[in-house]
Amino acid sequence: MSGLTEADRTAVSTIVDQLKSKPGALLPILHGIQDRLGYIPSEAVPLIAEALQQTAAEIHGVISFYHQFRTSPPGRHQLQICRAEACQARGARELEAHAKAKLGIGYHQTSPDREFSLEPVYCLGNCACGPSVRVGDEIVGRVDATRFDQLVDELTTVPLEVK
Amino acid sequence: MMSLKIFVPCDTTALALGADKVAAEIAAEAAERGAAVEVVRNGSRGLFWLEPLVEVETAEGRVAYGPVAVRDVKELFDAGLLSGGQEHPLCQGLTEQIPYLAKQQRLTFARAGITDPLSLEDYQAHDGFKGLRKALQSSPQAIVDEVKASGLRGRGGAAFPTGIKWQTVLDAQPDGEQTQKYIVCNADEGDSGTFADRMVMEADPYMLIEGMTIAGLAVGADQGYIYLRSEYPVAHRILDQAIEKAEAAGFLGENILGSGRTFRLEVRLGAGAYICGEETSLLESLEGKRGLVRAKPPLPALVGLFGQPTVVNNVLSLAAVPFILAEGGQAYADYGMGRSRGTLPMQLAGNIERGGLIELAFGMSLRELMEEFGGGTASGRPIRAVQVGGPLGAYLPESQWDTPLDYEAFSAVGAVLGHGGVVVFDDTVDMSEQARFSMEFCVEESCGKCTPCRIGSTRGVEVIDRIRNGERPEQNLELLGDLCDTMEFGSLCAMGGMTPYPVRSALTHFPEDFNPQGREADHG
Ligand SMILES: Cc1cc2nc3c(=O)[nH]c(=O)nc-3n(C[C@H](O)[C@H](O)[C@H](O)COP(=O)(O)O)c2cc1C
Ligand code: SF4
Ligand code: FES
Repeated sequence: MSGLTEADRTAVSTIVDQLKSKPGALLPILHGIQDRLGYIPSEAVPLIAEALQQTAAEIHGVISFYHQFRTSPPGRHQLQICRAEACQARGARELEAHAKAKLGIGYHQTSPDREFSLEPVYCLGNCACGPSVRVGDEIVGRVDATRFDQLVDELTTVPLEVK
Repeated sequence: MMSLKIFVPCDTTALALGADKVAAEIAAEAAERGAAVEVVRNGSRGLFWLEPLVEVETAEGRVAYGPVAVRDVKELFDAGLLSGGQEHPLCQGLTEQIPYLAKQQRLTFARAGITDPLSLEDYQAHDGFKGLRKALQSSPQAIVDEVKASGLRGRGGAAFPTGIKWQTVLDAQPDGEQTQKYIVCNADEGDSGTFADRMVMEADPYMLIEGMTIAGLAVGADQGYIYLRSEYPVAHRILDQAIEKAEAAGFLGENILGSGRTFRLEVRLGAGAYICGEETSLLESLEGKRGLVRAKPPLPALVGLFGQPTVVNNVLSLAAVPFILAEGGQAYADYGMGRSRGTLPMQLAGNIERGGLIELAFGMSLRELMEEFGGGTASGRPIRAVQVGGPLGAYLPESQWDTPLDYEAFSAVGAVLGHGGVVVFDDTVDMSEQARFSMEFCVEESCGKCTPCRIGSTRGVEVIDRIRNGERPEQNLELLGDLCDTMEFGSLCAMGGMTPYPVRSALTHFPEDFNPQGREADHG
């Protein structure tokens, strides 16, 4: 994996310093780093371990336990598709097959152009109006294949207009 | 000139269906017409099939329109939206008279959708902080007694009496000279088909803050944590803002309302692990560890967060407390049936025409709930199976739909009410696929501590695959039964222990779906 930039390294140190004295600081630290960098780089682990006086193995153990923490950079847009029962009852299985085909990737993968990462999620609390999809911090309801394609198109075209 | 109030919810489901754009369009259209309009972002009423539900304040009460799309806004204005005109087909009449809402008994959700969730003025104008004020004048034992008298049982799934749990923590002698106790709110709401906790946090966050503060006063805890699932970004934002505002106004933090009492509160985020909803796994996670389930005893009430006495309660349990303190435990206990006292917020989800939140006293039947409120499936096809109580809950066939919504009645038919989620499936559902998913979910979410759960679920997926392929069905069905027994009786917690519930119910009530020929006949 490519090394961290100096700015990223400073960001990690700052987050660790700010949060390390909280009781049970590890999850807040991991969230802080992932919010900032999009993932938890391996270079961050020894820094965290030292600050919390734990071993690097312990920190790795925690990172790997939680589905949400990732150790490699995500694509520019992170799409999560709800796989849980209430969404299944409304066609989530078809949606997930469609999404994988449309993006040409499976779960936990990033498209070759690094535009999209696809992740499964088990419930977004929108269970009366599924199937549900999360894009960044936005949740979208009643997503069928057409709506999904529309979402993907919106995400890929808007930034081009800005340029 | 007073401006006219128009309400557009800021709840996750409303937002997921375009509420922000609708709110912006309404503001723009009003400006264009020179109308003085204040767009209030309220919580949701929980009538999700009508979201985005726009309400207009009139002298007779609020008039509702929904579901409103951006393209409807101009037309609604033309049809007299600003004066609460009732001509337009999207008009639902007075909100309070919509039968779905009028038929409910809302205690916990009394304010939901009525108030601006972050307005302390709104909250207090609708009975907010009455319970807290009472609690500040009561002894810890008197608070606990009031909660006991209410008959409140934990709404997180296990239905343990809340008052008794609080008594244990009140009586607990903290370790050595340390006197720290904790209140932990379980806001992990991982069950598919549930959103009542989310609605509390998004529509009425001060109620949860008030409930937790009262819990702190009752047991002698000055620190609280809300363990919130990270899948709820909207709730997270609203809670953080509410805590900040409540503290600034003296309802939280040091010297609450000049009483000299302290209660600090912080939101902590989970990281996508279903098992962290189990209370001991949650505590491990809060401590910054892997979410491995702890063996009980010791109870978290005695040895909880950082080894100290800790109340762990679900959002709904804590949210019921302000009412109980304000109106008295008896007022709450007057609702309900048998040992299930008070109200239960049910959540209608999945393939249902009118999904949403329905708060009722215990005792209505599942069928009434689905028919009177739900209005059948969204697909228009017949309902075939209903999963109640989340991913560890049984699937109920039509023969069981007359079961009353009551903890004991559900357990008598081998089912659970759990957190009140009701997930409806139509007749295209393949129940062997659902059973397979239950096992697969357990593989994904097992904390890995015990073998029956970790290995059993992996084997379960394989065996169901073989059955679905028609490989030696008799032997494999027997094997699946044995596997379910091993998981149920050999697992440390309900993750492994209850995964057999949905699996067995699928096998028992829908055996034809486990026979490849039968499946093909049904589903082509
Ligand atoms: C696998 C599993 C998941 C659970 N998930 C939740 C949850 O998301 N929210 C919750 O309040 N309780 C959940 N519980 C129940 C908690 O362990 C605990 O009983 C509850 O938080 C106690 O609060 P209450 O007495 O107010 O219900 C779960 C239990 C298990 C076994
Ligand atoms: S039953 Fe499963 S989730 Fe529960 S303790 Fe055992 S391995 Fe962990
Ligand atoms: S099951 Fe998909 S949002 Fe709840």
